[in-house]
Amino acid sequence: MNCPECDANLNIPDDAAVGEIISCADCGADYEIAKKEGSDIELKQAETVGEDWGE
Amino acid sequence: MQKICIVFDRLRAEEKLLQAKASEMGYETSMIDAKTTRFDTDSKRSENDFGDVVLERCISYYRGLNFTACLEFLDIPVINSFDVANTCGNKMITSMLLKKHNIPTPKTYFSFSAESAMEHFEKIGYPLVIKPIIGSWGRSVMPIKDKDTADAIIENRQVTDGPQDRIYYLQEMIDRPPRDIRVITVGDQTIAAMYRKSSGGFKTNIALGAEPEICEITNEIEDLCVKASKAVGGGILGIDLMEDKSRGLVVHEVNNTVEFKGLVKVAEKDIAKEMIDFAVNYTRK
Repeated sequence: MNCPECDANLNIPDDAAVGEIISCADCGADYEIAKKEGSDIELKQAETVGEDWGE
Repeated sequence: MQKICIVFDRLRAEEKLLQAKASEMGYETSMIDAKTTRFDTDSKRSENDFGDVVLERCISYYRGLNFTACLEFLDIPVINSFDVANTCGNKMITSMLLKKHNIPTPKTYFSFSAESAMEHFEKIGYPLVIKPIIGSWGRSVMPIKDKDTADAIIENRQVTDGPQDRIYYLQEMIDRPPRDIRVITVGDQTIAAMYRKSSGGFKTNIALGAEPEICEITNEIEDLCVKASKAVGGGILGIDLMEDKSRGLVVHEVNNTVEFKGLVKVAEKDIAKEMIDFAVNYTRK
């Protein structure tokens, strides 16, 4: 799968799960895994860090 | 066998550790992304599959807090409860409760306008630490060492003028070694503790690069943390202490959705197992 932003190859580990964040090694864009059924993977733009994020 | 549900909005190492541990212990486990759910005022517990108990692990405080309210509306047990999350998410309420329960805590000043905040500075003097009442990872926590800095910060807050900017939470600067102590409590047990050493600056947050180092849980740490946990309502918590050179240990924060991926590597106890055990027993109360 390629990065929707810069078209570089995205390295998605086999054990990555829905909800995990994948970063593009080339352009740094962050994507959230929205769906994963076998090799069928859907990505969506990851949320940016919010003011209320944390512990 | 009970079913445990882990609710998240960004899947981190902690949520995966909890899921793996619950499965290893033989519990059915479900992972639910809070962002994919919907509720309404007619929603029923039977319409959703949140299992017997939910561990609320959202990275967004407001999302997690309001999600917890929805779960409690459906009579689903949640860790931590809405009241605990609401208390720990707000540093002002936490400070008040710690003081009310006679737990040593830094002296903290509250004011609700730029003018009254300046009066606090003029009356108390410098240095003081300013913190947003809601926020994590040391964001916008700043030492204020002189009037020029105070003026600049207050002016900046008046420009941004968000709801939090009008509430001033000023805390005495504790004379301490360049580290603090993070303790994880589960129910009335202290599970693990670490020193968080500053990486050169004023702050000691791991999220900012502070170096973790295992800390022995002394009787004093245990006693203070158990009291602090009870003061805010209990649950699974991250309690932060500083070593005041004159007064000894003071509790300055209690965190609601504790991060533990660093501590888990060095802790003697199995942190995830303790949390799952607590969740399972929580439904039996």
